[in-house]
Amino acid sequence: MTNHWVDLKNADIILVMGANPAENHPISMKWMAKAQEKAAKLIVVDPRFTRTAAKADVYAPMRSGTDIAVLGGMIKYILDNHLHLKEYVVNYTNAAFLVNPDFKGPSQLDGVFSGYDPKTRKYDKKTWAFQVDENGIPKKDPSLKDPHCVFQLLRNQYSRYTLDKVSEIAGTPKDKLSEVYSLYASTGKRDRVGTVCYAMGWTQHTVGTQNIRAMTIIQLLLGNIGLAGGGVNALRGESNVQGSTDHGILYDILPGYLPVPSASLSDLTAYIEKYTPKTKEPKSINWWSNRGKYITSYLKAIYGNKATKDNEFGYKWLPKIDDGKNYSWLMLFDQMFKGGFEGFFAWGQNPACSGSNAGKVRKALSKLKWMVNVNLFDNETGSFWRGPGMKPADIKTEVFFLPACSSVEKEGSITNSSRLAQWRYRAIKPIGQSKPDSEIMNELYFRVRQLYEKEKGHYPDPIINLSWDYGEKDTNGKVLEIDIHRVAREINGYYLDDVYDKKATPPKLLGKKGELCASFVTLQDDGSTSCGNWIYSQSYTQKDGKVINMMARRDRTDPTGLGLYAGWAWAWPVNRRIIYNRASVDPEGRPWDPKRAVIKWKPTKINPANNKPGVWEGDVPDGPAPPLEAKDGKLPFIMKPDGVGSIFGPGLGDGPFPEHYEPLECPIEKNPLSNQYNSPTIKLFYGGSQAALPEDIFISCDVRYPFVATTYRVSEHWQTGVMTRHQPWLLEMEPQIFVEMSEELAKEKGIRGGDKVTVSSARGSLWAIAIVTSRLRPFHIAGTTVHQVGLPWCFGWQYPEDGSGGDSSNLLTPTIGDANTMIPETKAFMVNVEKA
Amino acid sequence: MMRKSLLISPEVCIGCRGCQTACKEWNQLAGVKTRNTGSFENPPDLIPTLYNRIRYVEVPSEADRQRWLFVNQRCMHCGDAGCMKICPAPGALYRTPEGAVAFSKEKCIGCKLCVTACPFNVPRYDINNKISKCHLCSDRISEGLPPACSKVCPTGAIRFGDRDALIEYAKVTGYAKVYGERDLDGLGALYAFKDAPSIYGMNESPAIPESVVFWNNILKPLSYLGIGGVVALALIHYVAFGPHKEEEEKYDEQHDKKDQRL
Repeated sequence: MTNHWVDLKNADIILVMGANPAENHPISMKWMAKAQEKAAKLIVVDPRFTRTAAKADVYAPMRSGTDIAVLGGMIKYILDNHLHLKEYVVNYTNAAFLVNPDFKGPSQLDGVFSGYDPKTRKYDKKTWAFQVDENGIPKKDPSLKDPHCVFQLLRNQYSRYTLDKVSEIAGTPKDKLSEVYSLYASTGKRDRVGTVCYAMGWTQHTVGTQNIRAMTIIQLLLGNIGLAGGGVNALRGESNVQGSTDHGILYDILPGYLPVPSASLSDLTAYIEKYTPKTKEPKSINWWSNRGKYITSYLKAIYGNKATKDNEFGYKWLPKIDDGKNYSWLMLFDQMFKGGFEGFFAWGQNPACSGSNAGKVRKALSKLKWMVNVNLFDNETGSFWRGPGMKPADIKTEVFFLPACSSVEKEGSITNSSRLAQWRYRAIKPIGQSKPDSEIMNELYFRVRQLYEKEKGHYPDPIINLSWDYGEKDTNGKVLEIDIHRVAREINGYYLDDVYDKKATPPKLLGKKGELCASFVTLQDDGSTSCGNWIYSQSYTQKDGKVINMMARRDRTDPTGLGLYAGWAWAWPVNRRIIYNRASVDPEGRPWDPKRAVIKWKPTKINPANNKPGVWEGDVPDGPAPPLEAKDGKLPFIMKPDGVGSIFGPGLGDGPFPEHYEPLECPIEKNPLSNQYNSPTIKLFYGGSQAALPEDIFISCDVRYPFVATTYRVSEHWQTGVMTRHQPWLLEMEPQIFVEMSEELAKEKGIRGGDKVTVSSARGSLWAIAIVTSRLRPFHIAGTTVHQVGLPWCFGWQYPEDGSGGDSSNLLTPTIGDANTMIPETKAFMVNVEKA
Repeated sequence: MMRKSLLISPEVCIGCRGCQTACKEWNQLAGVKTRNTGSFENPPDLIPTLYNRIRYVEVPSEADRQRWLFVNQRCMHCGDAGCMKICPAPGALYRTPEGAVAFSKEKCIGCKLCVTACPFNVPRYDINNKISKCHLCSDRISEGLPPACSKVCPTGAIRFGDRDALIEYAKVTGYAKVYGERDLDGLGALYAFKDAPSIYGMNESPAIPESVVFWNNILKPLSYLGIGGVVALALIHYVAFGPHKEEEEKYDEQHDKKDQRL
């Protein structure tokens, strides 16, 4: 979230799209209800009338996978009716920037952008660059009239997204589209603000990243980013998924969103050079210019004393990605299927049910020599060898189960969608032989290290040199018990030497050797600081010699009334509750809406930090620099090299603007907008250049699989249900896999509510109980009637033991990922439904 | 003591069923084996091990917008409680100082008269043939704690407090009519409805069956005079309500058996 949960109460309009918070984030509805009490309007756009839609003031149905069409129509509506906040758009976004005159968009090139090579399925992004002046600063036209400026290119691209066209693609009635557009676009005023909540309904598409980009463009046009009650808010699907992403769970990022180096970046200098963005814009803060400090301090944290200036702080020991290789979920299981791995740790996950195309995943597991399943319970992954269609005698995989304890059996921090890191305490000791994950890792690390010490092996250095100073050690050097506070302190970071601010005269002492870092502002690139995750620096800090675990704070006061609760736990970065909050004020530093002032600039008040006039009040500002129009004023989007929000986003692989493409499997033969059917840059597993596996088959627009399907979660179960299917109270409420369908489809198929039906896709099939409901309606798409169905993915064959729950709906979902992130497209695919 | 009650607001309810689960947790009620019958609603009715549940009411409309209402179902803790009126076992059903209709399984004689006397079809009988229903968490509210259902409700759709204050709150927040404000000497489970109670699947004018009034006024005093005993009760039951409903009992038994298995 750019903002935070409580902040939803500050919105005038809340758009929920690609999410179902009433079922998956119930507590968020408390804040939405508070907003509605104050006359805010809740808009829900979803293929199904969900429990969230039941609370909405406006509900608009749409076919799965057509979000960009719907949002593109909104962009057109805003521009046609001049509803954007012009001062914000001109000053705080790249709308005025001039793009290379050779740039061409989908309206000119029939669905693709300039630079597309169909052979490599990649773009040469040369023409996507901004024009720069003699000083290297992007050229701008603040009147927004230049035909090559971003604003005009935007207008040009979305001029095709007419109400008729959007309705033809998405199936949303035109009057509903108009209602949603006019309501949401009403927030393009200084004193109106709208927010958006999204989740996997936006991300899990071949155009997932662009779905979010489309909304970001809208939020920038309407001046809604940085404001209380605004922002772009990802509702994270697990209690600590924000924390795990922050700490580098994805294959391509190290903690703190530092890229994992690729093999060609052979030394630290090359890495820093590549990943430190440069700008000639004097008003840009360009925070990522500090990259070198963060990676160096990270290396010091993981390799300790072994990381020295002479060995590039151990940079060579970091694992590298082979250039051009992708190690995301779909690729891992593809490789596993092809025999690419001997072993696999399934740690706190259940890919046999959660993985898209679960049938392929289950087969892939059988190719392993060994698997370690670390979980609270055995699950369909650990027991895959005795699952449906498996012949245990033929499967050679040796499975080990390591029982992990639950969150109430251990101490530590947890980071929610608000970026709020909260400390929690152990309620009971771990039950039975179960252990906290950290203890399991400790055991594992010690044994692996011992093996490397004894037997050497290939390249032992990264393991041997790892710092593991998390508690008292026995005579063998094994940590007896992990002190989780030491881990938290390592993440926060230490001064390894006395650290001075060398810009000040005389140099000012920032921190003393051995003390905990005050914040990432004091981190250095010379090895004098250590920090496990720069964005968490300040979370466990030291003030006047006193150590403070900021995450354990429990102050309930809210002086602003905006729900910032600045003294409750701690939010990254530096306890900022709303990020990009410098965009919540106009260029003079006055809040766009004084009633909802996140921060405001006091030009005459003395700043205690430098004894000069001019200081920010309110939330922790995005950098202390003055507002744009003041002396030494800076631009608000401090993480962007140009200092402004990107309406034009040339960083992505599939286009600088979002364009509607059909999902890999879709019900229509032609994309109504262009001749480019699917996203041009997705990696095709089947029908692409590589040898196709029958498991990866997809079948689009085919009478055998005529219905659009999507998957989702329900309040009563969590993820694949491993933690909830063992709970009789929850199973009592939601006992069996179901498929929701319209009354019209049910009639056509002779299905009644409660009937057992078979749902099948090109890849697999399963039984489900039919829920026949008026909450789903047929769509009128491109002149035809299209039915949509939906299934939850919280069931699995293993439990309930009598098989009465059914199996995972991921047996149906395809092997295809987003063009940028490779997140699987589980939210739009094609199925058939027949009475069983 | 001020009479306490619940204020249930389906307009704010998100149907998450935290109330259903929290109730089972506090009262330690076993989960039962169910099947999906083509609806989110489950179990399909109150059972001995389910004191409150959410009914999912779909209100389709061509002209108007689709609605999906989430309505909590439970004992209404009537001011004038038919169950208490008819109960022949002293102390089996009793009113707490807070106004809840609570029960004592020890004192319940299993006659099931309360079942037929309830205008809302609430009381159920457990495997030991003892009454089982919502008691407004009498063991929590007596200690100043809110009932479990209200405690966990994320949106304030189940509020607990002084009855008068809740009625006032409902009116201030825009609910002109509060269901249960006056019916049956006022219900202890009030509902804030935007529309007619029938839209939410509720009885427009709940009343205690005439026969219960007859029993309360004429036959019940006689039973205290020594006519007593199971035979007499059965006779009275027959006179008042006709023969036992075997099917209902079977359903309950079925569930009780499953309770044990789980």
